[in-house]
Amino acid sequence: MKNIFLVAYLDIKESLRSKWFYVYSVVFGGLMALFFITGVSDSVVMGFTGLSRMLLIFIQVTIIILPIFILITTVKSISGDRESNVLEYMLSFPVALKDYYWGKMLGRFLTVFMPVFLALLLGVVFGLFKGGELPWRMVFLYSTLLFSLSFVFLGLAFFLSTLVKSTDIALGSSFVVWIAMLAFIDIALMGLMLQNRMNDGLIIVLAMLNPIEVFRIGAISLFDPELTVIGPVAYYLLDTLGATLLMVYAIIYPIIMGAILAYLGYIAFRKKDLL
Amino acid sequence: MLVKVQKVSKVFMGSRVLDNVDLTVERGDRIAMMGPNGAGKTTLVRAILGFYHIDSGVISVNGYDPVKQRVDVLKNISFIPQLPPPVKLSLEELLLYVERSSGVSRAKIFEESNRMDLDLKKHISKPFFKLSGGMKQKLLIAIALSKKSDLLIFDEPTANLDPKGREKFYELLGEIDVSCSTLFITHRLDEIEGLVNRKIYMDLGKVVEDEKV
Repeated sequence: MKNIFLVAYLDIKESLRSKWFYVYSVVFGGLMALFFITGVSDSVVMGFTGLSRMLLIFIQVTIIILPIFILITTVKSISGDRESNVLEYMLSFPVALKDYYWGKMLGRFLTVFMPVFLALLLGVVFGLFKGGELPWRMVFLYSTLLFSLSFVFLGLAFFLSTLVKSTDIALGSSFVVWIAMLAFIDIALMGLMLQNRMNDGLIIVLAMLNPIEVFRIGAISLFDPELTVIGPVAYYLLDTLGATLLMVYAIIYPIIMGAILAYLGYIAFRKKDLL
Repeated sequence: MLVKVQKVSKVFMGSRVLDNVDLTVERGDRIAMMGPNGAGKTTLVRAILGFYHIDSGVISVNGYDPVKQRVDVLKNISFIPQLPPPVKLSLEELLLYVERSSGVSRAKIFEESNRMDLDLKKHISKPFFKLSGGMKQKLLIAIALSKKSDLLIFDEPTANLDPKGREKFYELLGEIDVSCSTLFITHRLDEIEGLVNRKIYMDLGKVVEDEKV
């Protein structure tokens, strides 16, 4: 058990030195700074202005880039170490597989979640500095949603990383999964509805299973409680579940999904050849 | 008996890499394992280290199963891979990993490094993969020798060492406790001839020759 924290600590140290971490931090921190420089928070679009407007844009960007950033940087963690024989050496020491796997996941979670979370805090501090009011509830719920989104994609990345042996295949498959999920937040869902070939219930289920769509609905319901800006599926879900249950689902479902995927990855790590 | 391999087979994508292998390693055995590329030497060592799930047969190390009881097995084994892996940890972090996971004292690693003519202090904050090939190999050897083990496994350990480094390495091996066993995978028997008391020859996934010398 003590080795979980050792592996996590070393993974964090390694990540903090790597280029991907700098790019990742600069992208999210830089985006927030860019929003202020370009005066996004002063503009008014569809009734949103100030800190809400800025957080809304941050969410739109997060929906697109956070999942792929997490997938690309993490999917190589086990498969890359396996390919380069780092795993062979590191696991020749008496470290339990559960300590190694969960330690890696813990370390990686902190390195992918913290920059986004800090960028959010940076935005809030800037917003307050400019004289806005602090939307405590919104900041808290949005942080929780970010936590859930990071967790589900980290779980998915670890699952893919242990399942496939080559880094190229791991990267390729994570890209396909990301594109498919992204397509199903709008274009594909609308296409299916327009074709009218599928049962509406199935389309709703598809939307509810997609963690990107769930995050999007949960996050935007914070700004637009009627969900009028994002279409009929979201509106139907809000109408059926109610605002509170929808938010609980948006937070809990990705965490459960991420935990299941991470656990399946762990089973594959334990049951398959390590090299 | 330290290592017992009984009727072990392993198949990779239809190819039988280990074919009903039987092998025992007793305390004090100094083994040179030889054979052409693809003979199954590295696969056998990896199976002993618990990296592979074998298709049939039994492997036990000190009575423990390498897959199910890997921590108990690896406590008593030191391993040096064929090529130093591109570990991105700094030397400081790598030593911390070794220290905490295996209970090896840092002072002992520094001592063994000095004996290998490797100045660890000078490079301590550098990432491991940025060291030269020879320096990496020397550090792996120093770590392996610092760990109190019943069995040392070396997969072509001197491939990256200059002649002086090799000489130093063989000198240190001569000082290893007599009860400790060593297993060298090598293509250069002439270099370690004086250090071994048993030769094993593998081919096509089988042990084809096993003689005491």
